[in-house]
Amino acid sequence: MAAKRIVIDPVTRIEGHLRVEIEVKDGLVADAFSSGTMVRGLEIILRGRDPRDAWAFAERTCGVCTTVHALASVRSVEDALGIVIPPNAELVRNLMFCAQYMQDHVVHFYHLHALDWVDIVSALKADPIKTSEIAKSISSWPKTSPNYFAEVQKRIGNFVASGQLGIFAKGYWGHPAMKLPPEVNLLAVTHYLEALEWQKEIVKVHTVFGGKNPHPNYLVGGAPCSLNLDEANAINAERLALVGKLLAEAKTFVEQVYIPDLLAIAPFYTDWASIGGGLRNYMAYGDLPKNGFGDPSKFKFPRGVLLDRDLSKVYEVDGHDPRQVTEAISHSWYEYSDGDQAARHPWEGETKFNYTGPQPPYEQLNVEGKYSWLKTPRWNGHAMEVGPLARLLVGYASGNAEIKAVVDMGLKKLNVPVTALFSTLGRTAARGLETILVANWAQEFYGDLLANIKNGDTRMFNGEKWEPATWPTKARGVGLTEAPRGALAHWIVIEDEKIANYQLVVPSTWNASPRDAKGQRSAYEASLIGTPIADPEKPLEVLRTIHSFDPCLACAVHLYDPQGKTLNRITIG
Amino acid sequence: MIATSRPTIWEHAQSRGVSRRDCLSACAWMTAMLGLPATAVPEITKALETKPRLPVVWFHFQECTCCSESFIRSSHPAVADIILDKISLDYTETLQAAAGHQAEEALHETMTKYKGEYLMLVEGSIPTAANGVYCCIGGRTAQDIVQEAAAGAKAVIAWGSCACNGCVQAAKPNPTRATPLHKIISGVPIIKVPGCPPIAEVMTGTIVHLLAFDRVPQLDGLGRPKAFYSRRVHDTCYRRPNYDAGLFVNSFDDENAKRGYCLYKVGCRGPVTYNACGVMRWNGGVSFPIQSGHGCIGCSEANFWDNGPFYHHLPSFPGFGIETTADNIGLAVGAATVAGVAAHAVVTNIRKRHLIREEMKTSEDVKDGRAEQGGE
Repeated sequence: MAAKRIVIDPVTRIEGHLRVEIEVKDGLVADAFSSGTMVRGLEIILRGRDPRDAWAFAERTCGVCTTVHALASVRSVEDALGIVIPPNAELVRNLMFCAQYMQDHVVHFYHLHALDWVDIVSALKADPIKTSEIAKSISSWPKTSPNYFAEVQKRIGNFVASGQLGIFAKGYWGHPAMKLPPEVNLLAVTHYLEALEWQKEIVKVHTVFGGKNPHPNYLVGGAPCSLNLDEANAINAERLALVGKLLAEAKTFVEQVYIPDLLAIAPFYTDWASIGGGLRNYMAYGDLPKNGFGDPSKFKFPRGVLLDRDLSKVYEVDGHDPRQVTEAISHSWYEYSDGDQAARHPWEGETKFNYTGPQPPYEQLNVEGKYSWLKTPRWNGHAMEVGPLARLLVGYASGNAEIKAVVDMGLKKLNVPVTALFSTLGRTAARGLETILVANWAQEFYGDLLANIKNGDTRMFNGEKWEPATWPTKARGVGLTEAPRGALAHWIVIEDEKIANYQLVVPSTWNASPRDAKGQRSAYEASLIGTPIADPEKPLEVLRTIHSFDPCLACAVHLYDPQGKTLNRITIG
Repeated sequence: MIATSRPTIWEHAQSRGVSRRDCLSACAWMTAMLGLPATAVPEITKALETKPRLPVVWFHFQECTCCSESFIRSSHPAVADIILDKISLDYTETLQAAAGHQAEEALHETMTKYKGEYLMLVEGSIPTAANGVYCCIGGRTAQDIVQEAAAGAKAVIAWGSCACNGCVQAAKPNPTRATPLHKIISGVPIIKVPGCPPIAEVMTGTIVHLLAFDRVPQLDGLGRPKAFYSRRVHDTCYRRPNYDAGLFVNSFDDENAKRGYCLYKVGCRGPVTYNACGVMRWNGGVSFPIQSGHGCIGCSEANFWDNGPFYHHLPSFPGFGIETTADNIGLAVGAATVAGVAAHAVVTNIRKRHLIREEMKTSEDVKDGRAEQGGE
């Protein structure tokens, strides 16, 4: 049987513009190509600007993983200029980080990923009494009465009966790969609505410290909000109490809704514990410092690389080492001065548009040549998977007790071996498991902040290097963090008080990039190979694996141009 | 103007000679088929008989999805109530279940079935350089897609600064020639809701206005709803009395910052920014940037990215004469501690004179179209 080419464009329930082309042979994915189809050019726009402003520009890389690019950006400048921020500011950043994770992971699970596993139409056939029994058996969450589920069912029923299906139109309802009983579907649909209502609460942690969400404010040297217990106009006991309440409620929601649902749904899909594994290498930059960002040994999420799924050896990652992280463009719509086969460290990188794809409107990309606006990053030449699974695996292999405990709990509950993690289901489970940790750590950081204030430390900002006159003529730095979707870094070169060069290498670039010059696939493409496709017209299975990475394409596509060539003069065709 | 002539399902049935009795039994049948209890029959009947929800298509072009994220933060109305009960969100890459050609099918069904009736929402700018290859969806350019959809739309909302003025990707040197919506489409009313992102309740409030009052809200000279964009952040800022009294933060986290003084001297753009942040605040009224210690960066204004650097205080802006005097006011007040009350009175008087002049200037500027928004 000849291979059949299937194009999924737009891939929905993600951030940004992603196109996936697959070849299906004998009911299995034989080859896959992942393409980012939108580019904005943030790095070229950043050049020549004040490095202290960079966080605001960089933050607009993504509004879904808002905050993370601002964090990577201020850290890159602080690294370049040798700024150490006060402990309170580090704790505020940690709390904002935790709030972002909880909101982002819950929204991903219910609103971006769930509809790959949950059949809304089937929920209409559920017996609300049985749903109530299931709900009570898995959680102490109070909203579990049969009437409550019946009301939700009625609401969805009315919605479906109206004939206007809105966001649920043309979904893969009744697909043979949907396995949940109606009662579990009803439970999940109910929590889809509850999670939508809840997610707007936890982000208020950002609003307290950063003034708004999405896109709260950050500051090179610390945090912009001042602490003053005797002032209504500053972070005081009332503001802190609000943060404490939000964090406690979020922990409850994670523990009583998200995790029980994840563990209730996963057993119906254990076949996905052996599908979608893909790459065998994992990387995490680590984050959530307990002792300042300069001390990675005290990070809650450890830093490191695993090769060939070997959990006995963790390799060190260094963003400053010019040999470790490089980017290639052999299949990306760019060109390098020393040829398409070259690989460059971000500090030394160069970018020039070279669109060689088909002129729109087009049906298929030329995957033999260049086919994406994403570059292809590598660590010491290896393709890496990044994200929640990579974080937990690096933590597990590092012998981190907290991470080991939560991973073992999850494996035990699902009754699967540790190798089951190398899969689509493993990725989705890892995201939930790390949210349990983050919810707990947020409590710890909140306690640390209160203790610090109690001890008389109210500093939020280190202004010693604020004035550009205090800066060296030339400086370069790297800002590392872990976005919810994985390892994120910004590289900056500062010359004469201005940004001379700025580059982002983001999680979805690692995962969604095209293959490299040697033909090595990146994570999305590798993970799709061998996936069974029941109905080529409705490739639900592809969405499951792609969504398990939580794609974020606006982040992934970027460009910069150290030579200052006028990119806007390039015309095609 | 959003009032619709779309027939309800019941009206549609009537026009085909179906009796009320037949319709009710059809509802009962549908109820049974959906596995719902008989008590749900009246609900289903009501759903079929009442006005159909407004069909809405939401496009994403060059953007970061912060507008969609802000939209789902709405506290009133709650977002589930909007998408389940108030509108029919037939196309949105962020939330819709379908993908690929099923998603495109849903879009085209709405565009065909509700031609001239649907509301089009646009998040993101549209790149026009290089024949549009910098943003393609389903193999088509953003420009192609948006022009086709605009032709059948009843009204359009430009969400956020990207669609209104190009936002960050249109900042110098605008490498992809990112272009705001109003320069791409014509012949259909465009409501501009700028901000990076706009406040959640400003977004849902604009939609609620359309639905509840069947007409476009009153817009200012730049096409923005007056309800949310007619006041400067500066004029509605609770820290304004500090400004008037010459009490300024000189650097982040200094003693004055800890007292919540005015952020003008560390770069606040409140004096040149029209938005509702000072009144409505963010995320259910919790705070807004100035309250949390950082100046406004002016994210709802055209070209705000190129009016930096953000931490330099505003230079002399035409029409905003009083702001340039902030340093002098601060010095004067500092020197006149003994005569504090008198100094305050003087400052207030200066302010009032300037305000009047400013008002006159602003209305002239709007009339002259000085602040015409454009992303390039």
